Amino acid sequence: MSNGSKSDQGFDTIWKCPPTFITNPNMRFAAWVLLAAYLVWSVGSLEMDWARVAKGLPRAGDMLSRMVPPDFSRQSLLIRGIVESLEMAFAASFIGMILAIPLGLAAASNLAPRPVYLVARGIIVLSRTFHEVIVAIFFVKIVGFGPLAGLLTLIVASVSFISKMIAEDIENMNMGQVEAIKATGASFSKMLIYAVQPQVLPRYLGVCIYRLDANIRHSTVVGIVGAGGIGMTLTATFKRYDYDFSLAILLCIIALVFIGEIFSNWARGKLR
Amino acid sequence: MLEIKNLTKVYPGGLTALNGVSLSVTEPQVIAIIGSSGAGKSTLIRCINRLVEPTSGSVKLGGEEITTLGRHGLRNARARMGMIFQEYNLVERLTVMENVLSGRLGSVGFWAAFRRNYPPDDVRAAYELLDRVGLKGRHNDRADALSGGQRQRVGIARALMQKPDLLLVDEPTASLDPKTSRQIMRLIVELAHELGTPALVNIHDVALAQASTDRVIALSDGKMVFDGKPDQLTADVLTEIYGEEDWSATIRKDDDDDENGE
Amino acid sequence: MSDATNPDIWRKYSPRDSLYRFAWFGGIVFVAAWSLRHLDITWEYFLDAHIQAGDLLTRMFPPDWGHTGQILDPLLETIHIATLGTVVTFAISIPLAFLSARNTTPNWITWFIGRFILVSSRSINTVVWALIFVAIFGPGAMAGIWAITFRSIGFMGKLIAEAIEEIDEGAVEAIEATGAGRLKVLLIGVLPQVLPVIFGTTIYRWDINIRESTVLGFVGAGGIGIELYSSINLFRWPEVAVMLISVFVVVVISEFISAASRSRIT
Repeated sequence: MSNGSKSDQGFDTIWKCPPTFITNPNMRFAAWVLLAAYLVWSVGSLEMDWARVAKGLPRAGDMLSRMVPPDFSRQSLLIRGIVESLEMAFAASFIGMILAIPLGLAAASNLAPRPVYLVARGIIVLSRTFHEVIVAIFFVKIVGFGPLAGLLTLIVASVSFISKMIAEDIENMNMGQVEAIKATGASFSKMLIYAVQPQVLPRYLGVCIYRLDANIRHSTVVGIVGAGGIGMTLTATFKRYDYDFSLAILLCIIALVFIGEIFSNWARGKLR
Repeated sequence: MLEIKNLTKVYPGGLTALNGVSLSVTEPQVIAIIGSSGAGKSTLIRCINRLVEPTSGSVKLGGEEITTLGRHGLRNARARMGMIFQEYNLVERLTVMENVLSGRLGSVGFWAAFRRNYPPDDVRAAYELLDRVGLKGRHNDRADALSGGQRQRVGIARALMQKPDLLLVDEPTASLDPKTSRQIMRLIVELAHELGTPALVNIHDVALAQASTDRVIALSDGKMVFDGKPDQLTADVLTEIYGEEDWSATIRKDDDDDENGE
Repeated sequence: MSDATNPDIWRKYSPRDSLYRFAWFGGIVFVAAWSLRHLDITWEYFLDAHIQAGDLLTRMFPPDWGHTGQILDPLLETIHIATLGTVVTFAISIPLAFLSARNTTPNWITWFIGRFILVSSRSINTVVWALIFVAIFGPGAMAGIWAITFRSIGFMGKLIAEAIEEIDEGAVEAIEATGAGRLKVLLIGVLPQVLPVIFGTTIYRWDINIRESTVLGFVGAGGIGIELYSSINLFRWPEVAVMLISVFVVVVISEFISAASRSRIT
């Protein structure tokens, strides 16, 4: 492809870096065009009240001024909400990590018989598809408003996450050790505790700690649909334009999550 | 002691790994099983304790038919057969002691096993075995802290903890260096003779097989093509088993005792 | 039998270790049990929960397939919110990540600001961000897009920053040695090394954002959440069933796209 820029020895003098992902230049051009077309189409199709949006920035400024300084005075309400969220998170993590064990075992293709495996995997996929807020609202409809719904939601989220990790770990483990234990005449349960558990336990504990941290984060939000925790308090403040209290709650949530992450990293580091 | 009649294994997909193998062990001897890869050695060993399910044929241990046992009976039968693996197959995260004691999992109860609460006889036997295989004092080390040869010794101790009526040994030295291989092989043969336990040993090192064992069996394409004394293995026999090669280097010669240093 | 003092007993853990382990285990059980007791739960409602759940399920069948026509637009809006949000995030999170990585940030103040933004973004749930933006921009997709963005920059920024911190400094040194300016060093020495992570993380987050976008409507920020919320509150269960099924299909497809693309990148 000469473009009139050859050196004396006939080498091209222009070199372009070869693209990494889509090598065919026509395809790359098409990809950019598609992207641009999509952006135009999607933005156009969204019904946006531009007048309202234009008012957005000044409103944001107004809101910010109302938020600062944060109002920490209503401490009992704040503390009660936070404590409720934490309790939901702890209890749900504990119950979830126990219930996840049988489900995880059932979802491991190298240990479970095929029909059991398929059912278990199906349950996991189904429970992971729906956002926890959707699950929460269903539990609210079933058991009523309050922390019970939130607890059940977080249990479902924990079980589906942890059991998926357990199943993956089991499928990746060294089957030779399982063979050796089976060869001694050990029963299935003894095989589990001698050949499976030692291989899977450290990562399992790490996953459970991670899930506790995630549950703390999620427990703050299920309250938005009435499932208990600080989320309920937060929603109320927005409805009443109590933005300074909102900021106080948000700062507490950030602090809580931050501490939770530090603890989680420390604990998982110690497990290694 | 062990009676195998017409053992056949056909894998789904059509591969015939074992084709009517028959074998009779009537005295405590160490039997080497040789043959090229894919000849069926590993399948034969695993069909005896049904880690691989045979398609047809009969396996009798001490008069009891193994192939028809239910789950419970099979576990009892497996407890009477000690197995030693090529990759050692120790539970790496557990200690040496736990690995040795796991040989008794066929007989202790679940909670005893869970809490590592083994009966005193078993604990004493474990210490003695560890001493006998040369790992005295290492009982609290984690299994993955040991070298290959040391791990195989733990594997041997584990198999012997079961006080087995039969030893199944699958290529015990394939992952070890030549010197360690000889040590391990010698240990296995010594212990088998000491305890009067028959042993079936898969092995690919023909010279090592001839040097250590009492009887040699050869498999080729799933069929038994040789069953006799080690010194009856001539170049012609080996050609039949492995194919045309210069076998003079592989066959152990009588004056070939060059074990320099232990 | 001369090695152990009493060769008939072997314990895996010394009595002190056993106590330590038991204390940890007991402590965790205690915290969980106490949390459970302290929660203001009327356990009677739990007892007939399965009956209620069964009742709910029967009311959802048969799904109101006729309703499908009405939910296509909101469903599409959901996908747009997720995608546009992810696109904006892509633009913002890259410079933010450079700011938050120890080896590319100008000084420790900028690093701290970067990290603080990342933590704040991650700590506040997408739905809570949506609450905030609905208060600012009013109900609608705009609020949803910004909610997705503000939550995602923390997620993506953190992963990209981690990738930046793990690059091969040798390559960067070589570029610096040619006398290139700071920006060029970042562009040519650092960026190409982290590009796979950037793309992989973007697609990963896009997949998660599809799930998140389905519920933003619960607080008014657009998408199928609005319809879902109203149908649930009006007890129109067959409509709800159709919406759940459509959400399921969309999420499964997006997960498939995500997994397939990421395996091509790595």
